[in-house]
Amino acid sequence: MWLPEYQNIFTQVQVQGKPEWGMDDQGNNMMEERAGKPFFSTLVGLFGNAQVGPYYVGWTTLVAFATGIAWFVIVGFNMLAQVGYSIPQFIRQLFWLALEPPSPEYGLSMPPLDEGGWYIIASFFLLVSVLCWLLRAYLLAQQHKMGKHIFWGFAAAVWLFLVLGLFRPVLMGSWSEAVPYGIFPHLDWTTAFSIRYGNLYYNPFHCLSIVFLYGSVLLFCMHGGTILAVTRYGGDRELEQIYDRGTATERAALFWRWTMGFNATMEGIHRWAWWFAVLTPITGGIGILLTGTVVDNWFIWAQEHNFAPMYDGSYGYADYGSYEAFIGKED
Amino acid sequence: MLPKWFDKWNADNPTNVFGPAILIGAVGGAVFAAIMIISFGNPAQTASLQTGPRGTGMSVPEFNVVRTAPDPTIEAYYTDTPFVPEGGEPLARDIYENVQVLGDLTEDNFNRVMTAITQWVSPEQGCAYCHGDGDLETYGADDLYTKVVSRRMIQMTQNINENWGGHVNAVGEVGVNCYTCHRGLNVPSEIWFNISPVNEAAGGWASVQNRATSISQSTSLPSNALEVYLTDYEAVNVHDLESRVEGIPNDEEVASIQKTEMTYSLMNYFSNSLGVNCVFCHNSRAFYDPEQHTPQWATALLGRQMVIEMNQEYLIPLESEYPPERLGPIYADAPKAACKTCHKGYQRPLQGMNVIADWPELATSEAPVYE
Repeated sequence: MWLPEYQNIFTQVQVQGKPEWGMDDQGNNMMEERAGKPFFSTLVGLFGNAQVGPYYVGWTTLVAFATGIAWFVIVGFNMLAQVGYSIPQFIRQLFWLALEPPSPEYGLSMPPLDEGGWYIIASFFLLVSVLCWLLRAYLLAQQHKMGKHIFWGFAAAVWLFLVLGLFRPVLMGSWSEAVPYGIFPHLDWTTAFSIRYGNLYYNPFHCLSIVFLYGSVLLFCMHGGTILAVTRYGGDRELEQIYDRGTATERAALFWRWTMGFNATMEGIHRWAWWFAVLTPITGGIGILLTGTVVDNWFIWAQEHNFAPMYDGSYGYADYGSYEAFIGKED
Repeated sequence: MLPKWFDKWNADNPTNVFGPAILIGAVGGAVFAAIMIISFGNPAQTASLQTGPRGTGMSVPEFNVVRTAPDPTIEAYYTDTPFVPEGGEPLARDIYENVQVLGDLTEDNFNRVMTAITQWVSPEQGCAYCHGDGDLETYGADDLYTKVVSRRMIQMTQNINENWGGHVNAVGEVGVNCYTCHRGLNVPSEIWFNISPVNEAAGGWASVQNRATSISQSTSLPSNALEVYLTDYEAVNVHDLESRVEGIPNDEEVASIQKTEMTYSLMNYFSNSLGVNCVFCHNSRAFYDPEQHTPQWATALLGRQMVIEMNQEYLIPLESEYPPERLGPIYADAPKAACKTCHKGYQRPLQGMNVIADWPELATSEAPVYE
């Protein structure tokens, strides 16, 4: 039966009361670094915790924001300058505009500002910003005496970011290989990158990255669905269920064992999900790093390694029909 | 309002009607839509033209309605069969003054061609568009730029029919005449001008792209692809033909990502000009591989060479002849041709109609051969 309160994307239970401030009991002075008076929002509560704030502001946050804003402003003003400081054109062409990396002739040297120099400066700020944000994830976890899993997960994404913008351009000997900062232009880059190197779909690490990406989606859906389905038996108390499994875990386990002969555990499913997610950018980054440095034409590479089959059959429509028939001029 | 027994029955039998109502509504709606589609036909019906072996995804799909509709300009096409000369008639070059092209024609055929050109290029202005408002005696004068340009265009048409049959007659004899580009307009549609650089405050690679322009086909790809690849014989291919090749992107022989985007921009223009996708010519899994090209790839390759010759030898040199309003809006350059100037979005211009059979005068730069 269709139950709107059950098949619903919004959180069905909200807790609102005295704001929770977190710990300040290990001599870590976290209270001093928290900003903002906490409050409750019913709207926010539909998506997650109804409490908003306080917000942790350490030096990493400040540096990450300052450099991140510097990157954002440099990119934005370059776009604005490209349209002659015309606001209507800026809005109209916003998705088309970009801050482009230098032309190939500059190699790894510093080009003039209007030919990629701004790109190098902006990229430096972005690098500092992202690395500070990564460090922030580590320090926060440390202060909470947590494991560093989130830090490593984000580090996997940062690896791919560094491969695209730093490691691979350096190995290729040219900043022109970096990705432009623009909505459509970075997609143009992606397509051109695949075409230039003979079709990235024949790059085995690209294949692996796709497997882990789609696998992550599948696992996320399977896990989320399973937990929601057994919430009525206390299945959402996942941590307790790990070491003291009750009827919720039993039912969920039975469901999957009867479905596919095998089931994850309340603990193991989280390891599966974390590794699938983390391996997506790790394998993807390896694939990018090998492209143009070790392999220049992935289709030919795949033929040499016997996994790009040739198809029998003719090429050209004349062998399958006629143009006149296609446009409805003959039967 | 309702009978008591009904209210009582309802009170005794509480039922959630929303679930079934939504279910019945959804299923009923789907059934209704299915019946409509079966009865009246699918408005978004597609058909596809297979261009390669099964399993490779090589097909050009198109909506039926678009596909089966005739090119509307076909109906407006004017043609007339030639007068076959019996020999010994005086020729146009002897009858009229200053006849530099089409001089080998008899008077009847010469006037027939002149009438046709009027119909194809200046149906509203008539003869006066090139010859001015004067009497017939003044028709020999070269006062108007339109006449000078027309003469060169006749030579260009003859050159295409004479030397580029590999492109224009690749599938069957269709040829070209003035109407292939002009379609009844003084200035053909889908001509192009130089527009790059398109960005201010940027130099080099950053200045020629990332704008929605007519030449970038509203993409963010480079706006100078036609300029670079259709006015000169610069290499379009970017692939390495071995799995590993030495070199860094600033080497002459190593194609960069930037070069690839330029090629992509040109190929995107080709696609839009012909209303086809990549796999009309390529197997998209290995764009460079000649073993997986269709015959149309070679036709397109010849087409590019033909366009370069047209632009280099005929269209660009006419720059000094044009009045300012015919020149490019930014660089005052001569109007240039490319794929879409003839194709107009169709795989074959005028959907493969033969426009040369009636016009042997335009098929050769020498004396016409009538059959």
